[in-house]
Amino acid sequence: MPAVQDTIDRVRKIDVDQYKYGFQTEIAVDKAPKGLSEDIIRFISAKKDEPSWMLEWRLEAYRRWLTLEEPTWARVHYPKIDFQDIYYYAAPKSTPGPSSLSDVDPELLKVYEKLGIPLREQEILAGVQKTDASELEEPSDNVYKSGRVAVDAVFDSVSVVTTFKKELAQAGVIFCSISEAIREHPELVQKYLGSVVPTSDNFYATLNSAVFTDGSFVFVPKGVRCPMELSTYFRMNEKNTGQFERTLIIAEEGAYVSYLEGCTAPQRDENQLHAAVVELVALDDAEIKYSTVQNWYPGDAEGKGGIYNFVTKRGDCRGDRSKISWTQVETGSAITWKYPSCILRGDDSSGEFYSIAVSNGYQQVDSGTKMIHLGKNTSSRIISKGIAAGFSQNTYRGQVSAHRKATNARNFTNCDSLLIGDQCGAHTVPYMEAKNSTAQFEHEATTSKISEDQKFYVMQRGIPEEEAIALIVNGFVKDVIQQLPMEFAVEAQKLIGISLEGSVG
Amino acid sequence: MLEIKNLHARIVDDGTEIIRGLNLTVKAGEVAAIMGPNGSGKSTLSYILAGREDYEVTEGDILYNGQSILEMDPAERATSGIFLAFQYPMEIPGVATMEFLKVAMNEQRKARGEEPLKIPEFLKRVKEAAASLSMDMAMLKRPLNVGFSGGEKKRAEILQMKLLEPKLCVLDETDSGLDIDALKIVSDGVNALRAPDRAFLVITHYQRLLEHIVPDSVHVLYKGQVIKSGDKSLALDLEANGYAGVIGEAA
Repeated sequence: MPAVQDTIDRVRKIDVDQYKYGFQTEIAVDKAPKGLSEDIIRFISAKKDEPSWMLEWRLEAYRRWLTLEEPTWARVHYPKIDFQDIYYYAAPKSTPGPSSLSDVDPELLKVYEKLGIPLREQEILAGVQKTDASELEEPSDNVYKSGRVAVDAVFDSVSVVTTFKKELAQAGVIFCSISEAIREHPELVQKYLGSVVPTSDNFYATLNSAVFTDGSFVFVPKGVRCPMELSTYFRMNEKNTGQFERTLIIAEEGAYVSYLEGCTAPQRDENQLHAAVVELVALDDAEIKYSTVQNWYPGDAEGKGGIYNFVTKRGDCRGDRSKISWTQVETGSAITWKYPSCILRGDDSSGEFYSIAVSNGYQQVDSGTKMIHLGKNTSSRIISKGIAAGFSQNTYRGQVSAHRKATNARNFTNCDSLLIGDQCGAHTVPYMEAKNSTAQFEHEATTSKISEDQKFYVMQRGIPEEEAIALIVNGFVKDVIQQLPMEFAVEAQKLIGISLEGSVG
Repeated sequence: MLEIKNLHARIVDDGTEIIRGLNLTVKAGEVAAIMGPNGSGKSTLSYILAGREDYEVTEGDILYNGQSILEMDPAERATSGIFLAFQYPMEIPGVATMEFLKVAMNEQRKARGEEPLKIPEFLKRVKEAAASLSMDMAMLKRPLNVGFSGGEKKRAEILQMKLLEPKLCVLDETDSGLDIDALKIVSDGVNALRAPDRAFLVITHYQRLLEHIVPDSVHVLYKGQVIKSGDKSLALDLEANGYAGVIGEAA
């Protein structure tokens, strides 16, 4: 079990500060003035050289947003956000737009290097051929170095570079920043943007529609199996700046794509807002696998600082026999408000949601999924593992519904919660609604505490306390870890161990 | 090897005193049987030796190789060579038995400043130990103790004991829940580990186990004290006449 061993080693090396991505980078930036108004939206749109239809779309969303109230139904508590006290656009000065690797500010490349994500295609390619023994021994340590992943790197409000674009284009796959897609592929963007998460969807999605700055765009044409993993790495750097990413993934008939997002932010005393919208569209027989390893700065031990992660993610199984699978490992953010969902519109379509949400310190997590069964013979599966430690609150909130035409809809839900210590809380809020008598929904839920008996037993074999807990927790989340691409699974296990550091004592 | 001196211990939660002035010495190479009626403090003694936090030692000391172990946590005691075979081994869902063995063995090696075992060497050791206990390797791929029968759990305990090579082995009612065949396999496993530098504390209700694991000394525990010690004939005497006589004698 090398991953656990490694978790242990890493935990041991970490001193007081457990968040290793908390550094910030001094980079000259181009910012919009603080606050939000129609002028700011015009500024963002102009910066991105957008067509007028895009600006109109944004302004319409903004006007609607002005009429909306911030939702309060989630089990999270935080002071009211002053939306005029945020910068909505910040871009490294040296990158005016999409650029080739050679144009990217070396400082930026260093940032990603430090995050373990080298953005140099040539070397990545060379790395594939270079298979000396030392590399073979540790192939799983860092998937980004394995050379099988194309990366779109988003720094604050802009995409700084997207790797492997040429190789992907040969297969017919479009992988670029959403800003570039708006300029280069307007017909696709116009057809699909907002078709899964409409601008009117909810407070944060509407805000995002007005001010979104960058994110990724993926288009996999009919019959194509995307030849490599795609990944977007989001980095928030600037102070008082919100990140509003917008991601759109389209898999045409029979296409397949596996996509992974990662994210980190510097350690800061004030809270920062991250409000993203992700839309997935799967046509007939298409499959999209979307994995997230969320590691935003969670705040310090007293609960100061950290990211507010208010995200709307939804996949539309628009075609028959299509499939969308969400896998998420949530360890970061001060507050998480996130429900990756599937609309099972096509007949025989299926949706999956596998989640591990770890909370420690004063983190608050309210996360889960929605499975909306509309088509016939649709099926969905939800496996959620919540782990609460410290003073954190961890809520699973899920909705499964079958429309009256959704004959033979099937769902299986399993929610397990694990508590470490007695100051934290785990909550399960499932809603189920079947308007069709042939629907079959199953729900299982457990809450357990790492028992003193279990911990004592493991320690009695010579395994120290924190390692004992990491071992038990990694066993608890195994079902979900198995759903991740293998290299990420190792990474996720390590991250869980690190997140729980200091949870005992 | 083990010296328990005037030990007093109570349950932390409610202050109930369970061990009340217990004295016991076990030498290297010795197999000492601890017998006694229900509620006499036998299992508590095993937990206290292993360092369970639910109990608080209020008086006396436990010396292991001349050093007090009271300040050591369970993992430190384990790496120093104290092993407890549990009466009710815990289930660890999602952690394959094999993985667990590897983590435990390597943690103990690390604590001793040794390199982790190479995979082939590890597998070789596990295969040999499992075969000697008539255990199927397929079983070791299952999560530790999850869905194991009573007999399988006890065998898994002895397997761990074999692989971790402890110096002081505490067996808490290892015979409970075993049929005759399993009892024989488990006892043979224990007997094979008997060595001049290793001591055993065998806690049991019944003489039955002691027919297979023949003790060098037998101690009767009652109300948290050793009230009588003797050789293996004491166990036979208890089997024939019950505890009442011994208890009456001590009172």
